[in-house]
Amino acid sequence: MTVLASLNSGLRAALAADGHVIVIGEDVLDPYGGAFKVTRGLATAFPDRVLTTPISEAGIVATATGLALRGFRPVVEIMFGDFLFLAGDQIVNHAAKYRAMFNEQVRVPLVIRAPSGGRRGYGPTHSQSLEKHFLGVPGLWVVAPHSLGDPGALLRQAIFDVDDPVLFIENKIGYGEALLREAPPYEIVTLADHAAPFPTIWLRPPGPCDGLLACYGGSVRFALDAAAVLREREQLNLGLVVVTQLSPTPASHLEAILRNGAPAAVVAIEEAPAEAGWGAEIIASIEQIRDTHRLGAIAYRRVGANAAVIPSARTLEDAVLPRTEDIVAAVLDCF
Amino acid sequence: MSAHDGSMRLAVTDRASSRADHYRLASGIRAFERMLLDQFATGRIGGTTHTCIGQEVTAVAVTAALERERDCVFSNHRGHGHFLAYCGEIFGLLAEIFGRSDGVCGGRGGSQHLHRRNFYSNGVQGGSVGNAVGVALAEKRKRSGAVTCAWLGDGTFGEGVVYEAMNIASLWRLPIVFTIEANGIAQTTPTGMQLAGSIAARCRAFDIPVEEVSGRDLAEALAAAAHAIDATRSETRPHAIISHAARLGPHSKGDDTRDAAQLEVAWAHDPLVMLRGQIGRAADAIDRDIAVLMQDALARASEATA
Repeated sequence: MTVLASLNSGLRAALAADGHVIVIGEDVLDPYGGAFKVTRGLATAFPDRVLTTPISEAGIVATATGLALRGFRPVVEIMFGDFLFLAGDQIVNHAAKYRAMFNEQVRVPLVIRAPSGGRRGYGPTHSQSLEKHFLGVPGLWVVAPHSLGDPGALLRQAIFDVDDPVLFIENKIGYGEALLREAPPYEIVTLADHAAPFPTIWLRPPGPCDGLLACYGGSVRFALDAAAVLREREQLNLGLVVVTQLSPTPASHLEAILRNGAPAAVVAIEEAPAEAGWGAEIIASIEQIRDTHRLGAIAYRRVGANAAVIPSARTLEDAVLPRTEDIVAAVLDCF
Repeated sequence: MSAHDGSMRLAVTDRASSRADHYRLASGIRAFERMLLDQFATGRIGGTTHTCIGQEVTAVAVTAALERERDCVFSNHRGHGHFLAYCGEIFGLLAEIFGRSDGVCGGRGGSQHLHRRNFYSNGVQGGSVGNAVGVALAEKRKRSGAVTCAWLGDGTFGEGVVYEAMNIASLWRLPIVFTIEANGIAQTTPTGMQLAGSIAARCRAFDIPVEEVSGRDLAEALAAAAHAIDATRSETRPHAIISHAARLGPHSKGDDTRDAAQLEVAWAHDPLVMLRGQIGRAADAIDRDIAVLMQDALARASEATA
């Protein structure tokens, strides 16, 4: 099963389970089924609860927020994550604010799905990974599925298990990836708790761990590739920390991993430019845990896109976005 | 202390209320706003506030035409009048603005971010109009028969999300009344410097029928609001009410840049004075009661939190 099929069936199951779930977005009706086909078939099965909208990202999120305030559990599709800023005021100043500023008297159970990322030649305004701008917003969860978890279950968790707005970042290339039930030679350890309910997948290598690659969403397959290269070519034994809950930072998961033994190196990988990004926050959190527990020194590196507008031409785009070789080089730079 | 707090409440009005009752509520809103400005002037409260002096009669008339038990209200930054006309809770609002834990939102929301039952407000221009559309969609899907009243100003018509909201509301035939307070000024910018064409024409472009009133006459505003709200409910489609009541006070606190002559003209048409004239000598006793109510509320809000 692919990530796309898992998301589609997750949405379908959510619609079937609860009449309060309403899917809202541009061009989500059949036969089109959304720009990336995540909603395909849903409008046919649930014609009253899959709503196609005008091209109005702010209006769509605003409407969904009002629905959520009055007891519904809307799921918004933003056609391209690049358009999230059109709804930015709604996300930050409305949906994420109401519960706290109305003194816990209301809830806003809203999921905003945003297909994101590049490598498809869509150019500067349809290829970005803008989620880092939404990290650290009080009242807002930011979550990213990946092939190592169960994307459909994760989506259902976002819809039903939290009563706050969730920004759900789907990687466009990741849609086509097959779900990985196992990842040899690693042991798959799933970490989730009350403070950080969205699971972190810890790929634990056999034997002593030389370093950790922290990644999410569309960077997972590059991290897996880099770890394989380094194992074979350099005999380096790396673990992967595949984060699902981008914000708030799942510090409890990181702590559990570090208490198993501090790695010599941590490399954080993301598709956006690394400056002021997710990786910086992860590294800061890991360093704080390391210091608190008086663990040994860790060498840190960040891998991300060049600080450049993403070009349309695929060859130029490839030169801007992070690749396996960039991760390999960053790890070697630590040793 | 709930009995004590409950007494610090303005009686709300409905379509059957007497002019005197409407006057009591409108005059109470005016007194509340004046008290707030005094409290800011003396530094007893901090932060910011936007008072609705001059626009009280519109708030009272439109809210009186709603069905308070089921209808929903989404207000804006200048929402004290809307809030008090909806629930009359003077102490709850004052305590909120004083930052007290017994305020309606525990002091977290403050002047611009209020919630009580089916009443909500947000201080960012335009965005709450879209949220109101969502509330209207929710109530339509629940078949509750509720109408949602969205308050917005003429200055808010500069925000693009307003048009997204109006388009969706009309397209999906949602039971929402866009209640537009065209008070003639956006903070310090006269409407003539910030708005092309007309608000009514903008509404009609979305196939939203418009009721336009002076905002100076309670009976006129109540009749128009009742008509718009009834039509919204029975036709399940949006309507708009435009009130031209002028903002007589500052945008916030002491920041009125209009010249004295201009303000004098505006004050000469104070809707509250007109309503007072219509009820005669009964107004004196009402105003004395209100003065006592405000003093009591202020004294209570000045005590330590229990």
